[in-house]
Amino acid sequence: MAASTVEGNSLLTLDVGAVTTRAALFDVVEGRYRFVGMGKAPTTSATNPPNIVLGAQLAIENLQSMISKPLMDEEGRLLVPSQPDGSGVDGVVTILSAGAALKTVVVGLLADVSLKSVETLAQTTYARIVERIGLNDSRRLDEQVNAIVRQSPDLILVAGGVDGGAQQSLRNLIETVGLASYLLPESRRPAVLYAGNAALREEVKASLAGTAFKVQTVANIRPALEVEDLVPAQRELSRLVIDIRQREMPELEELRTLSGGVILPSAFAQGRMARFLASYYGEGKNVLSVDIGASAVSMAASMEAVVHLNVFPHLGLGEGLSGLLQHFPVEDILRWVSVEAPEETVRSYLYQKVLYPSFVPATVEELALEHALIKQNLFTATQLMLQRLPRRFRSRGGMLPSFEPILVSGTPISAAPTQGQKLLLVLDGLQPVGITTLALDTHNLLAMLGAAAEVNPLLPVQALDSGALSNLATVIVPTGSLKLGTPMLRAKLIQEDGTETTTEVNMGNLQVMPLANGKIARLQLRPLNRADVGLGVGRALEVDVTGSEMGIVIDARGRPLQLPADAPARIALHKKWLKTVEG
Amino acid sequence: MLAPIFHILPLTTVLRTRLLPTNGKVLVRAGQNVSPTDTIAEAVVGRKHTVVDIQHKLGLAPRKMAQAIKVKKGQKVAKGEALAATSGIFGKEIACPVDGKVVAVGSGKIVLETGGKILELPAGLPGLVTEVIPNRGVTIRAAGALVQGLWGNGKLDWGILMSLLDKPDDIFDPTRLDVEMRGLIILGGHVQSAKVLENAADLPARGLLVASLSPSLLSLAQQVNFPVVVLEGFGRRPLNQAAFKLLSTNIKREVSLNAEFISQQGRTRPELFIPLPVNQDPPELQEMEAFAPGLKVRVVYLTRPSVTGTITQVYPAPVLLPSGIRANAAEVKLENEQRILAPLTNLEVLG
Repeated sequence: MAASTVEGNSLLTLDVGAVTTRAALFDVVEGRYRFVGMGKAPTTSATNPPNIVLGAQLAIENLQSMISKPLMDEEGRLLVPSQPDGSGVDGVVTILSAGAALKTVVVGLLADVSLKSVETLAQTTYARIVERIGLNDSRRLDEQVNAIVRQSPDLILVAGGVDGGAQQSLRNLIETVGLASYLLPESRRPAVLYAGNAALREEVKASLAGTAFKVQTVANIRPALEVEDLVPAQRELSRLVIDIRQREMPELEELRTLSGGVILPSAFAQGRMARFLASYYGEGKNVLSVDIGASAVSMAASMEAVVHLNVFPHLGLGEGLSGLLQHFPVEDILRWVSVEAPEETVRSYLYQKVLYPSFVPATVEELALEHALIKQNLFTATQLMLQRLPRRFRSRGGMLPSFEPILVSGTPISAAPTQGQKLLLVLDGLQPVGITTLALDTHNLLAMLGAAAEVNPLLPVQALDSGALSNLATVIVPTGSLKLGTPMLRAKLIQEDGTETTTEVNMGNLQVMPLANGKIARLQLRPLNRADVGLGVGRALEVDVTGSEMGIVIDARGRPLQLPADAPARIALHKKWLKTVEG
Repeated sequence: MLAPIFHILPLTTVLRTRLLPTNGKVLVRAGQNVSPTDTIAEAVVGRKHTVVDIQHKLGLAPRKMAQAIKVKKGQKVAKGEALAATSGIFGKEIACPVDGKVVAVGSGKIVLETGGKILELPAGLPGLVTEVIPNRGVTIRAAGALVQGLWGNGKLDWGILMSLLDKPDDIFDPTRLDVEMRGLIILGGHVQSAKVLENAADLPARGLLVASLSPSLLSLAQQVNFPVVVLEGFGRRPLNQAAFKLLSTNIKREVSLNAEFISQQGRTRPELFIPLPVNQDPPELQEMEAFAPGLKVRVVYLTRPSVTGTITQVYPAPVLLPSGIRANAAEVKLENEQRILAPLTNLEVLG
């Protein structure tokens, strides 16, 4: 886009996370938007009284001292709009992921239709489903009411009925919701989002207005039996989530006012960005955005122009860890640990980390355990996401579909000491297949840019063009049922100067072909012994590839990755792989 | 950067807010002195609701419902009492199925609230009520010694403190829990056997204050009926010297053991409070402090015991840690004179 279209307004983005609050400034430099700098501070929910605004102020203070430009006045107030002397900013947007997962009740008619869709909707935000109520629920009305009252949910999501369809069953369910809300103390009444049969929208509003904390109605998520459209409901849900957070943290109003109302759940902003990136990288591209933080792992897969957003609060590296072992055994974490560590140590690490969610691994052993945890949580999130994707996108063998690129955000990954460690966190955790680019959101800007797009659609484009993402690796992953050590792929890299490098990679190995970051080369790939590199069994291909920080990485370790049961052999293998990618 | 303060104090003034889990009735007033066992507020919890579908049972048109319903919202009703009735030769009566209270009438239905039990909220510590939070609870001001912990099972009790901890790194021997320990709050070392919790429950003990807990016992510790406070966390960890000394000099005193859940927002922490007589209130607790040289800190590790020392230097920019990560950090001189590098996020100020 032409530089002349730049409005020239600077934008401050605030990201209030469970552990860290970050303030990033975007401004016009030489006619184009650039990421100028970032300040960080611990999220101040631990002050007495808790006040997350204080953390935001500290992050902005750190930002202004870093960029040597005043953003606040002498009394610590943010200067909006910017002043004639250049101080201050023109606009502010905020994203928020701090706060416990919202206790959510989902209500629908048919288990495989509206109830399923409303569950999918709940999974697009920081929600924990605590109760499901449907048409086939055999409990009596009062048992259903008591179940809701006992859970005291933050949020109730209701769907059901196709537009123009029958209404009475849905009315009965809404009555249950209304009664349960009414019976809860006023300060604990849930917010309700209705996304069912459009004919009942006004009736729902009228009947729940006095009993729920907030009532929003939105277009039906199942307007017809075979059609699911979550987009309008997701938008409304994101607003409702912020309303609920504001009830927990009244000081959020200050940030809301400052942000001119633009305050979004971080995962929602990430989803927006995934949609934007799919068009940025080219029509028809499937893009995956992954974010791991203290509050959740969130994955936004943009496929055929539809974003499938999945938020997994129980896989976040903060409070959620206390219940992690309800989802998989400790051995699943242990398999990724690259140092000798007994099971008891892994358990202690997990539970102790819950007590110190902002903990930074200081020793080699702590880092090894932290990385094992990241890999396992990414792996679990990927598997869960695959189960939730529409059937046509699921590949045989439960492997990740082909994405290009895969964008990875989150301090736990970007703070890893070496590029090799970052690469293995992503490769082992996500286990991509085919040919893809792994891009690292080094400064964790993607969700912020998703929110920025609300007020300035040009800013994300130009910020990305200015290098907000780093190209971690171009990855080639052949698949196939081969024995360890069997030749799997022959690759020839032809650089622009004519230099040729040829390699043959055996099943079970990782190999790196050096290609400087940004350099383009021709890559010829010939799968061997019925291996598949994305086009079908044994089919060769030739593609242009771009060099990255790690070069061209061929991961022939197999999918899913099999690790030796014997601990010393497994540890040795992890060390060997790290040595291979780090050269 | 501000640091959280972990309190191990021989004498301080605390303000502790005790709240009901739901709205109820506050039984004390501001300015009143309370003892630990005084009930300061009460509420009915665990109530259930019964929905009686009058319209369906009577088969009446909605417009005739108001006339048929014989009870009003807020009215107490007894089992068998008429909730609704129609007149005439084929008149019907709907009897109340349970004892309860009418909490809602509408849409042809009556909702009855039934059951529930009274939850009494004890003061938990002796002190002066400084504030009443209407319908929820009070804030109490008290002076004494305070030792904070890291994990609690959500319960609270009051009793005499006894110790089975000879050295900070002792393992809690369950066979030492004999009948003489009945009704006491017991200080112990690392709990690695379920027998410790089981024997304490059999006595029963009033509470357990332990250095550390094996993570596999977490579920059992949550289930026992007495408060359990873990001071150092999970996996084998010795009790820090400051807490060991303070607790060892207060054996046989009456203490309040509040195993409150730790809040990620830092609002609550499990703790042991030892009320002490004072002529003048000591200074109140400070909750946050800026990192600076001279501060006494605890350096937290997750795979090995924490250590204590004094900050000698706070680095102005991120530095390289032994793990290879770059982070804002401080140099800490340990009690054995060794100097180590520790990320600020892993430090707790002791005070």
